[in-house]
Amino acid sequence: MTLSPRFAPGTFSPSPGRGPLPRMLLAQTRTEFVLTLRNGEQLLLTMLIPLGMLIGLTLLDVLPLAEPRVDHVTPRILALAVMSTAFTGQAIALGFDRRYGVLKRLAATALPHWSLVTGRMLSVLGVVVVQLVVIGAVAAALGWRPDPTGLVPAAMLVLVGTAAFGALGLLLGGALRAEVVLPLANMVWLLLVVAGGIVLSVDILPGPLATLAVALPSGALAEGLTAALVGGTASWSALAVLAAWAAAAGLLAARTLRLS
Amino acid sequence: MSPLAVQICGLVRSFGATRAVDGLDLELPRERVLALLGPNGAGKTTTVEVCEGFLRPDAGTVRVLGRDPGTDAGALRPRVGVMPQGGGAYPGVRAAEMLELVAACAARPLPVGWLLDVLGLTSVSRVPYKRLSGGQQQRLALACALVGRPELVFLDEPTAGMDPQARRLVWELVTALRADGVSVLLTTHLMEEAEALADRVVIVDHGRVVADGSPAELTTAGAEQQLRFGARPGMELAPLVAALPEHCRASEPKPGSYLVEGGVDPQVVATVTAWCAQHGVLADDLRIARRSLEDVFLDLTGRELRS
Repeated sequence: MTLSPRFAPGTFSPSPGRGPLPRMLLAQTRTEFVLTLRNGEQLLLTMLIPLGMLIGLTLLDVLPLAEPRVDHVTPRILALAVMSTAFTGQAIALGFDRRYGVLKRLAATALPHWSLVTGRMLSVLGVVVVQLVVIGAVAAALGWRPDPTGLVPAAMLVLVGTAAFGALGLLLGGALRAEVVLPLANMVWLLLVVAGGIVLSVDILPGPLATLAVALPSGALAEGLTAALVGGTASWSALAVLAAWAAAAGLLAARTLRLS
Repeated sequence: MSPLAVQICGLVRSFGATRAVDGLDLELPRERVLALLGPNGAGKTTTVEVCEGFLRPDAGTVRVLGRDPGTDAGALRPRVGVMPQGGGAYPGVRAAEMLELVAACAARPLPVGWLLDVLGLTSVSRVPYKRLSGGQQQRLALACALVGRPELVFLDEPTAGMDPQARRLVWELVTALRADGVSVLLTTHLMEEAEALADRVVIVDHGRVVADGSPAELTTAGAEQQLRFGARPGMELAPLVAALPEHCRASEPKPGSYLVEGGVDPQVVATVTAWCAQHGVLADDLRIARRSLEDVFLDLTGRELRS
């Protein structure tokens, strides 16, 4: 069989090479970031539920909170937003990306393997920043006035909290099948929201549960952010708990992450 | 520099109790096209995934561009283009976004817009991957494999799910790649694809090489012209064999499909049609031809290629 020449000679002459690392990393981060913001289900989880809870818990007297209520609700909602994006959303997205062969596709490019994870984490961080801005603005409109001396500790907590939840998301989404990740990630999210120190302060949780919640990344982040943004103090113990979770889950995820 | 783009010696790879590849050998010289031909489950994709560095061999050695893909994957990735089976893209990503992402990983990528245009994807460049047709997804996967100007490409079932027009485009592309000095290892279960594109065809079945050679070598080796025809299944062949010249053999390899081998001339054709007439049947789809790769596969394995 003779095939007609459609391509000029030399069109595909080999000229391989690795792209500049910053360009590769930026391209992957941008793609993942845009896809997260474009995904309706992810937006529900990362934006609409936290905003709904912020407004509801501020305006409705359903939980015993000190006044002004918004000052005590907002740090917990910020913790919820970080957990929703970095853990639940990340785990589900990763599980399905593996199933659809995305990781294998990217691993077949010149992108270093460590960058597959780094790009995802930077994208998660970008989404968290958007969440902080939007939730912060809505909270401010509701009368939130954070303690300025706690902003730096709060930023550190968000950063390490994102790393901790992100590593847990990678651990879950990188090892199990997507069909298992989806219900499991949602179930863990719900458990941590209700009993993990996110919505209910560890002070009002039953004894053993309170002890457990403080050691969980959810409780550590929520309590740490409350201490920073309400009391203006840095909670080093919360930061240590989050760093320990980030390190442990990160090391484990590096061993268990599968491309497909 | 190794003269071989791919060299596989005694490759063995199992999944649990199933041995997917069982002592496979093959060599792909640089700037040539090799087709790995076989039915589903023959071990083609496993072989390719070992070459791509995604699977480790249980035994045997594999060299890609002179390197071990298991330990030197990082050095090989920029030099190799991969089109995995089933595409591989975020469900919500637009076609152009996916190609731009892969292009960003290459030092001197082909122009993304041009590649989309050549592959007929410009009109769907902003359509999410999950809404592309199967053929469009395949073409995007092919674009991703080529955009980095690789030295070697692995194309796993590159035309699966494509319409004839798109399939022809891919064939032209592979022909152009070869002409420009790119080595190509493709898998297929389409014998016409292997015959049209490959310098060398390796037929695999149950993880083993059952034949290896150029399409011409495989289809002419040990076989003269054949006469094939269809008729009522189960007709008695003894009278036909008796009437044919001594050097001819007659058989019914599949029910209702008859084959005469051993030298075909006008007398043989006349004998066959006369035999059919005696049975009151018409010799249907009577044709004289060289063996096809499908015939070769059938001869070697006793099974049809598409089974």
